[in-house]
Amino acid sequence: MIIKILGGGCANCRKLYTIAEQAAQELGVQAELVKVQDMRDIVSYGVMRTPALVINEKVKVFGKVPKIDEVKKYISEEM
Amino acid sequence: MLILKWFNAQLLKMEWLHHLVELLVNAFGLDINSRVGGSIHFFIYDTIKIFILLSVLIFGISYIQSFFLPERTRKILGRFRGVWANILAALLGTVTPFCSCSSIPLFIGFTSAGLPIGVTFSFLISSPLVDLASIILLASIFNWKIAIAYVVVGVVLAVIGGSAISKLKLEEYVEPYVYGNKVMDGEQEELTVKDRVDFAKEQVLDITKRVWLYVIIGVGIGAAIHNWVPESIISTILGKDKWHSVLLATFVGIPMYADIFGTLPIAEALVAKGVGLGTALAFMMGVTALSLPSIIMLSKAVKPKLLATFIGIVTVGIIAIGYLFNSFTYLLL
Repeated sequence: MIIKILGGGCANCRKLYTIAEQAAQELGVQAELVKVQDMRDIVSYGVMRTPALVINEKVKVFGKVPKIDEVKKYISEEM
Repeated sequence: MLILKWFNAQLLKMEWLHHLVELLVNAFGLDINSRVGGSIHFFIYDTIKIFILLSVLIFGISYIQSFFLPERTRKILGRFRGVWANILAALLGTVTPFCSCSSIPLFIGFTSAGLPIGVTFSFLISSPLVDLASIILLASIFNWKIAIAYVVVGVVLAVIGGSAISKLKLEEYVEPYVYGNKVMDGEQEELTVKDRVDFAKEQVLDITKRVWLYVIIGVGIGAAIHNWVPESIISTILGKDKWHSVLLATFVGIPMYADIFGTLPIAEALVAKGVGLGTALAFMMGVTALSLPSIIMLSKAVKPKLLATFIGIVTVGIIAIGYLFNSFTYLLL
């Protein structure tokens, strides 16, 4: 599973990264976490507000930092 | 009328706080008419006032804003044509949550969805310039007439600026990658009241974290101007009778990056020292509407010619607004 965090290095993006990392760990999922910081790549997902969470190329959340339970739900959807 | 007056004096201008801080300063044996006492009073009173207003305002305003997230704004704008689209874009710019750090994704998201660049620029100009919170702060520091006049000229500038960019047909000066990106149409699920309250709370924390330093620095500079810089120096440089005052204020303001909340106390102190209202507002608009960081970011999405046009139009607009306010101050104060 590939989990991408879209965002140009803002505080909320780092927060989301940590939450996603923890969520994957707690679920025992083998996931590759990728930080997407280049503006061109971010906008190619159609996202206007960062941070955004992309799992297996599907945009799950954008414009806010979701709670860890939400992130777990999104990861489970893609398992 | 009496209630309105009380509301203005106590809740907006916070006269109770003014007295309270005066008592505090007096308790330390200082007179608020003295230099040291006056600076300390200005600093404590303005800092507390701005932070109280900021928290309450951002909460209320964010709640309203949660109905106008950029995805929604984009959809609404897509239905309008011509100058109506510019007007609506400028108005929505005042209620859409915005931070200069997100101006580029927004620009690209709007353009990819097929909105004309002129409409997007109307939005980009009004969004940092005219914020709902700034209206109430202006009313608190100056008065309602000035606050409303500021909003009107800000929106007019955004409409004219965006329309001019449309007329000049500068579409080819947008970087090619801006076009043809995926457009996420599906709005996220409908927000509940609790979601909106949470969103508003997060905004309060977020914005406070982002601007507190600018507010402290702004109030500090304001306090210094208020009590330490001789009036004669200020009036020599920025006095009402100096024709170049507006130009100078605009060009000093443009490269600076600060929040509108940080610039208001500086504008307040300048006006108290006899600087023209238009000059102070031109400084404020220069700081908020254009800044080096936002220009650098925008340069990644548009080519130099369009960027220069955008900066030129906004700069001329701010200068014109400055002179306009200086000429008609007698109607507002």
